Amino acid sequence: MKIIQQSHAGTLESGDVLIRIQPIDSHQVEIELESVVEKQFGDAIRRLIHDTLHKLSIEGVRVIVEDKGALDCVIRARVQAALIRATGTQLLDLNWGAL
Amino acid sequence: MTTNVLNRPIPAAISAVVPNIPLFSKQDNKTEIGAEKQNKLHASLEEAIRNSGLTDGMTISFHHAFRDGDKTVNMVLDKLAELGFKDLVLAASSLTNCHAPLQEHIRNGVVRKIYTSGLRGKLAEAISNGLMEEPVHIHSHGGRVHLIQSGELNIDVAFLGVPCSDEFGNANGFSGKSRCGSLGYARVDAEYARHVILLTEELVAYPNYPASIAQDCVDSIVQVEHVGDPAKIGGDATRMTSNPRELLIARQAADVIEHSGYFNDGFSLQTGTGGASLAVTRFMADKMVRNKIKARFGLGGITASMVALHERGLIQTLLDVQCFDSVAAESLGKNPNHQEISANQYANPSSKGACVEKLDVVILSALEIDTQFNVNVITGSDGVFRGASGGHCDTAAAANLTIVVAPLVRGRIPTVVNKVTTCITPGSSIDVLVTDHGIAVNPARPEVKERLLAAKLPIMSIEELSERAYSLTGTPAEIEYTDRIVGVIRYRDGSIIDVVKQVK
Amino acid sequence: MSKLRRSMLFVPGANAAMLSNSFIYSPDALMFDLEDSVAITEKDTARLLVFHALQMPLYKNVEKVVRVNPIDSPYGKLDVEAMVRAGVDVIRLPKTDSAEDILEMERHILQVERKCGRAEGSTRMMAAIESAQGVINAPEIAKSSRRLIGIALGAEDYVRDIRTERSPDGIELMFARCSILQAARAAGIAAFDTVYSNANNEEGFIHEAEHIKQLGFDGKSLINPRQIELLHNVFAPTRKEVGNARLIIEAAENASRQGLGVVSLNGKMIDAPIIERARWVLQRAEASGIRQ
Repeated sequence: MKIIQQSHAGTLESGDVLIRIQPIDSHQVEIELESVVEKQFGDAIRRLIHDTLHKLSIEGVRVIVEDKGALDCVIRARVQAALIRATGTQLLDLNWGAL
Repeated sequence: MTTNVLNRPIPAAISAVVPNIPLFSKQDNKTEIGAEKQNKLHASLEEAIRNSGLTDGMTISFHHAFRDGDKTVNMVLDKLAELGFKDLVLAASSLTNCHAPLQEHIRNGVVRKIYTSGLRGKLAEAISNGLMEEPVHIHSHGGRVHLIQSGELNIDVAFLGVPCSDEFGNANGFSGKSRCGSLGYARVDAEYARHVILLTEELVAYPNYPASIAQDCVDSIVQVEHVGDPAKIGGDATRMTSNPRELLIARQAADVIEHSGYFNDGFSLQTGTGGASLAVTRFMADKMVRNKIKARFGLGGITASMVALHERGLIQTLLDVQCFDSVAAESLGKNPNHQEISANQYANPSSKGACVEKLDVVILSALEIDTQFNVNVITGSDGVFRGASGGHCDTAAAANLTIVVAPLVRGRIPTVVNKVTTCITPGSSIDVLVTDHGIAVNPARPEVKERLLAAKLPIMSIEELSERAYSLTGTPAEIEYTDRIVGVIRYRDGSIIDVVKQVK
Repeated sequence: MSKLRRSMLFVPGANAAMLSNSFIYSPDALMFDLEDSVAITEKDTARLLVFHALQMPLYKNVEKVVRVNPIDSPYGKLDVEAMVRAGVDVIRLPKTDSAEDILEMERHILQVERKCGRAEGSTRMMAAIESAQGVINAPEIAKSSRRLIGIALGAEDYVRDIRTERSPDGIELMFARCSILQAARAAGIAAFDTVYSNANNEEGFIHEAEHIKQLGFDGKSLINPRQIELLHNVFAPTRKEVGNARLIIEAAENASRQGLGVVSLNGKMIDAPIIERARWVLQRAEASGIRQ
């Protein structure tokens, strides 16, 4: 699915993550990560976000991430929420199993 | 036969009986106007420094009774830099966030080497990233005294900030505007430094008693505007928590104490810094009342909660090496059974008598604890300095029951890990770990484990706790270091227990 | 004996940090909220947070309740779909005014269960009554569905509806509490009391908890983990009650061993309900300990 508008979800509270999604021209997925646990979990977080987008067949986006030590399930939830805000709830209807 | 200046005949045989002793010759004119009695007061810090004989490469020292409200270190170092001193060895008993300006002085070569118990904030980050040529030596509170007594830490000039002193150098921490309470750490410097300069906010009439630092240790006194801000002594680490997670951990820890076999009339207790650790006192109070148990003494690190128990008659005596808040400072000044102790009396392993040897129960915190029960309180999981060795390894080694309290994970950082990033206290000193997910007992204490199991407390193996932590956070990547050593961790006996490398 | 539901801890569904660690507390049930504690702008994100949180392994062994938004709101249907799919144990309906509200919700839940292959009927329900109309309809509400495990009082909205305020002794809630309790008992389901919102007033909380326990309530909603232990202690049997219960069970076992049809203790006849209650007391003691 192609994203055509910007969106964001999440907060900068401790234990949470702020996800911003922007459409880009290519078919790539670009991730810009700023995390309080960059050294320990930076790569794991990038992999998780790629995986979350891949499961929902999303490409052509830049994901800007400000992470304050969120667990995987929170990151997933925030990324998915931002995607749904950008595309509408049909993403949900088609993809419950992929969440 | 000779005569001395008083015309007393001194036979020649005297030089055989008491060789090398000169004949009396002093004739002072007591009425001479302007006769200088011993005058230790100096008009300025600069004058005091010039008078001290301090030269490049010497060792200077400071205490940390004002913790993050300290103003003395920065003020003195600024002046020393201004006066062109170089290559000094800084023996500050602990450094906190407010000491960030030291970075400049290190860069400019004013400070060459540091011995301290704690490093935090921007200074800590800079040192972790290779700011200093020579590694920092991290010691415990007791270990510092040992280093001083053994001669490795040879203090040339001690700069001791006090709230109030008389013109002869009698000072204490519980009088004056900026009360910090116990001067337990400063007392050691006053005793062992070659030259002692007191920086005092208030000058009071002689004699100023009771005196924590007494006149016979002091060389000079300078009056300054600020030595420290007492409001900043208590920060997050010393405030009573209302965080439900910390309260849960504290309640569990109190239950552990109750059923450990060490909860008897006349027992002794110490709680460290950190929300959960401090909150344990509150829960212990109820248990002590219900079981009609009184503590013979409370040690530390004294806070308002300890004082409250003391004033309720639940703790007989408070042995205070540092006050964590103004209530404690006030109490030290007014309660006869609230006693100041020096760092040597507190925790020095080679002292003739250290209070920690008499301690029953201690509650400590941890940044990390591994499956061997080794504890890290000095570096984060990112390998950067962010804490203090403090009294951790001293109390842990000596207490009959050492309890570490900590949340299983902090945000996304696991506390219970396979291997600590840096080891401050060896696992053999740690008896029980209390987390919000369960309690682990060191296999070396099977009798404690049995008692806790019989009390139906949630006991798990430390491996289980570690697995649970990783299951929540994921397994962290290995931190990358260079080969350069930026820190040497000294155990309380001076030996090297670990090193800290520069982060990449 | 039915599941213990003395304490139900509210966890605001929009708070990522709290969702990430509320499993350290041991209430009888955790209640994740998508309704009043979540701002309108965060209804969609909270839904996803709770959807994922419900599936965390460390929440597996605790009963999970989710308070969804009303079905007729823009959020309710998606809330229910997400929560049923995520494996919620109990859906809590807010603002239940009539039996029809329950039936409508039930239809929707069934639809989702079928869509996602979850065992039909496995999603239970709880209804919060928060208005005068709801209180009047409580008997019908309580009987309306086999999925319903209990009904609860939501006092904040209720007192607004009847045009008064809450007071420490709760006289304004007396009728609602009693009605809900009667309706629940007549239908054979549980009755739950409302939250005590002053987290710092321990004495006030205990006072209210003792009151509703005496009325007969099974449990209470909580907003602060500190209240869990306080509540469990209120619901714990006293040493005397436990002692008596043990004697009764012993007498019953003796009678059964001797093949006697009638159980007696101290010259008094003990019939089945008394024995049942004694067992219940011992079960409570097992769970809550002895009253401190």
